[in-house]
Amino acid sequence: MSQLTTPAAATPAAAVPAAPAKTAKRPGRSRRSPAKSLLLHGTLIVASLIALGPIVWVLLSSFKPGYAVQSSDLTLVKDPTLANYSYVLFDTNFPKWLLNSVIVAAFTMLIGIFLSATTGYAVSRFNFPGRRPLMMTFLITQMFPAAILIVPIYTIMARFGLINTLPALIIAYLTIAVPFCAWMLKGYFDSIPTSLDEAAALDGCGPFAIFWRVVLPLARPAIAVTAFYTFLTAWGEVMYASAFIQTDNKFTLAYGLQQFVPQFNPQWEYLTAAAVLVTVPAGVVFMIAQRHLVSGLTAGGTKG
Amino acid sequence: MTTVTADPAPPSTPSGRSARPSRLRRSWEKHWYAWAMVLPVVIVLAILIFYPLFRGIWLSLTNLTEANQAAEICTRSITGGEVCAENPNRWEFVGLDNYLNVLSGNVGDFWQWTGITLIWTLGCVVFHYGLGLGLAVMLNRPMWGRGLYRVLLVLPWAVPAFVSAFAWKFIFNERFGLANSLLTSLGIDPVDWFANQWTSLFTAIITNIWLGVPFMMVALLGGMQTIPGELYEAAEIDGASAWQRFRNITLPGLRPVSMTVILLGTIWTFNMFPIIFLVTEGQPAGGTEILVTGAFRAAFEGIRNYSLASTYGVLILSILLVFSMFYRRALRKQGEVW
Repeated sequence: MSQLTTPAAATPAAAVPAAPAKTAKRPGRSRRSPAKSLLLHGTLIVASLIALGPIVWVLLSSFKPGYAVQSSDLTLVKDPTLANYSYVLFDTNFPKWLLNSVIVAAFTMLIGIFLSATTGYAVSRFNFPGRRPLMMTFLITQMFPAAILIVPIYTIMARFGLINTLPALIIAYLTIAVPFCAWMLKGYFDSIPTSLDEAAALDGCGPFAIFWRVVLPLARPAIAVTAFYTFLTAWGEVMYASAFIQTDNKFTLAYGLQQFVPQFNPQWEYLTAAAVLVTVPAGVVFMIAQRHLVSGLTAGGTKG
Repeated sequence: MTTVTADPAPPSTPSGRSARPSRLRRSWEKHWYAWAMVLPVVIVLAILIFYPLFRGIWLSLTNLTEANQAAEICTRSITGGEVCAENPNRWEFVGLDNYLNVLSGNVGDFWQWTGITLIWTLGCVVFHYGLGLGLAVMLNRPMWGRGLYRVLLVLPWAVPAFVSAFAWKFIFNERFGLANSLLTSLGIDPVDWFANQWTSLFTAIITNIWLGVPFMMVALLGGMQTIPGELYEAAEIDGASAWQRFRNITLPGLRPVSMTVILLGTIWTFNMFPIIFLVTEGQPAGGTEILVTGAFRAAFEGIRNYSLASTYGVLILSILLVFSMFYRRALRKQGEVW
């Protein structure tokens, strides 16, 4: 993690070239024979096509009219139309679901970052009693199948009057996302030298000030990954959403989308258009976070 | 099961010389901000994970369903008054009946689902790790278009899982899916993917592999960047081949990351609900049901059977706990402190 030694003021862009600069030091490795080069790029291009293929196919299908989507002829573009999009956007509850999803995902992201950063920092820096059990708990919570938790959580939510409200979903998603994120951030905080904390402490910073002004700015890549992960968790969860939400106007996208493909007479053309609209916000968050993905996800495992 | 309490009275503190009250106080003074920082998470986990867990274990020993949960049954009489009587079939403690029913196959197909779950988990994790490692090795070198490849290859991760599930279900549609169109244009007969147990499971595994490789790739790429470049230089001077460098530097250097992502990947795949639920829907005739989806259907379709859901949950959790215990023990034997 060479970019960790750069001062806090470094721009995010500085984080990316660090890795190539390091590898470039190795002479000879950069000079490849043409055959090897071809093989390397060929493999990567095929892999990229596979990664991209389904996304592009859905995107193309979303512009086709219904009869072309449901035909077995292999065509990329046929009678392009925006009718699917206008139907989804104006003739269904889609905008309402989108708003619900944005609210849920944004709050999950903000609260999730805050909770997992403070927890990860405490676990990384302070050797307090209860630290190891807490780490183990974070791992074990990953094993809980939602099937066992869902009924008791439902009764708790009902007792607090949260059924069919968005806060119920935010709270439920936090329990999914925070343990993993805290674990990951802990690994990242571990790789930030403690000498920085000590220097700040000598300058008279309290533990909270050190965390807020010294460590957190340095951990920006990991924070970005946390944001990405919490957002996606909330954006795509289906099971809790289907259990806690009962009325059409409170659906999130993940659950509402299923309405387009009922068992009988599924309307794939609307589904594809809705799928594209759902993926775009996730893609935007991804684009913002992606430059940090590699350096930020040197997960809890590296320094476990 | 380790429960976490933010109890400010820990049983052991580092210095044992002073008297008890002052030791307690010193521990509090030394650690209060650490506890303050973890407190919100501990409270949320306690309320929403540990309480439900113990409640779930308790429910698995009862026969609670949607139909017998009421304590009283009230009937409206013609005069408008309401007569309430004690529910004669109220839910009650039934001991291990649920477990016996599930394990003996009276309810659901526990053993078949377990078998499918093992195939599913093994297939997915092996390909996730193998493909992720291969792509990470290829990307971890200077070359033209590196950044572009990385963005494209990570893209499946950005697509919400349920959207990917629908996309692949659409691709594998037997009448107008892309997969069958491609097969037809190659001169092969179209396949009715969801009519056969194994082709159906195949579609789900393909979907999940597509979905999960980016996470592995990114995690392993991050791990590779922590391996000092000098090691490779030294090996190169000693005349090590590319394969030798990979085996003796890259793989050992990746061990900590690999162990974590394989463990997490296994747990996540084992509990992966949406893919099977949405892509194959258990077709044909429940042949591709894994434990979590099978349990969900057995417990929540028709009259909701809460106690049965809890029983399955406890069984799934036990399997995963035993697995991770053995996994950690195996790691410890090889000197991994973790």
